[in-house]
Amino acid sequence: MLPVYVPILILAVFAVGFAAFTIVVSHLLGRPRPTEAKAAVYECGMPAIGTARERFPIKFYLVCMIFILLDVDAAFLYPWALIYPQLGWFGFVEMLVFMTLLGGGFTYAWKVGALDW
Amino acid sequence: MSPLIQELIEKALVVGIVTHGLLIVFSFCTLIERRVLAFMQFRLGPNRTGPQGILQPFADGIKLFFKEEFIPAGANKPLFILAPAVAVATAFMSTAIVTYGGALTVPAFGFLPEWLQGRVIELQIADLEVGILYLFALSSLGVYGIVMAGWASNNKYALIGGLRSSAQMFSYELALGLSWVPVILVTSSFRLPEIVAGQAGWFWNWNCFVVFPAFLVYLVAGTAEANRTPFDLPEAETELVAGFHTEYSSMKFALLQMAEYVNMITISALGVNMFLGGWNTGLPFLPPTAAYGLVGFFTFAAKVAGFLFFFFWLRGTLPRFRYDQLMHFGWKVLVPVAAVFILVTAGVLAALA
Repeated sequence: MLPVYVPILILAVFAVGFAAFTIVVSHLLGRPRPTEAKAAVYECGMPAIGTARERFPIKFYLVCMIFILLDVDAAFLYPWALIYPQLGWFGFVEMLVFMTLLGGGFTYAWKVGALDW
Repeated sequence: MSPLIQELIEKALVVGIVTHGLLIVFSFCTLIERRVLAFMQFRLGPNRTGPQGILQPFADGIKLFFKEEFIPAGANKPLFILAPAVAVATAFMSTAIVTYGGALTVPAFGFLPEWLQGRVIELQIADLEVGILYLFALSSLGVYGIVMAGWASNNKYALIGGLRSSAQMFSYELALGLSWVPVILVTSSFRLPEIVAGQAGWFWNWNCFVVFPAFLVYLVAGTAEANRTPFDLPEAETELVAGFHTEYSSMKFALLQMAEYVNMITISALGVNMFLGGWNTGLPFLPPTAAYGLVGFFTFAAKVAGFLFFFFWLRGTLPRFRYDQLMHFGWKVLVPVAAVFILVTAGVLAALA
């Protein structure tokens, strides 16, 4: 019996090999001939002002933080859902308590405006 | 030949067929999408390369291979080259647990080696115990390719496109993950073959009818996760030129496009497996795996084609969301709806038990 992860390894080798092959071949066939105008940043025909290594809105960071918090909790729901038939009403009440706590945090984030764009 | 080597060859064959099949489906998706959109807008679309434009994807591919590839002067070169590779590799990796039909019996053709004749092959790369969790992990990794592409370009449009994309994919991934939980509750399994087997019988046993709200959440979140219209904010042409792939050219651009389409195909195939009955025809008087199991495969393929057509149809019909509306909808509508529906499903199941 083949270990179940071996096919995934084969797939990984294929996926990485395919990406590397395509990039190398197109590099060899494409023959880059850069000029100053070509190498410039695309800015709709205007000279670009500054670089893109600048500050950006903190909202993106906030969304990512909330995502990480809630995503871990979502991952916690999976094993619970898997054995739910054995848990019955006990599992339901436990999950209700968990979701209420989670919902409290979510409501807090909502009310302080972390979800407003 | 030892059984282990036989099994290894069988799995390598399945991987080869699935990946090449995906590449073919991807290339024809680009053609069919352009033609469908064209017909919706009373145009003809590309119809000059071969009959009905059938050779257009190959022409595009060859053209892209020979296009000059350049890297902007201010770009972060290693990340710029790595980004499309990461995007396409994670897209291909996430197809590993999708089932493409029931068990297939290899016909006893004379040219095949003896051990392969009559062998029963599962049309799935890996039947993992953790099934859906694997996909949950990999769909998060897919964001890296896009963010790296956006940041490494050193272009303001690309940077904003990449950041928007990451925030959007994070927001909708949560709803996507939550929409799978009712399905797991109903079938008590992470493995896709078991989830499909749980939907056998008449078509009203399909999960899209059993847990209808979860299916709706999946449709919306899946569309957003694949960055398709009306959620194609990362590359909103009218505001961001082309978003995260503004500076990409040649085959690296094609790899980013390929990642997007492969993700779309995975989301369609997964939706079919989890909600639309997979390879079940939904009509129990038809044998689901007749004729070497090909009936199951074609049923599955037809459903996926329908799902993909739905995506093209959306693109031809709907205007794009505004970014603040998108975030509002994701966080303040989809996530609460999905969470409440999990509790409703659990309550109903406990009451029925």
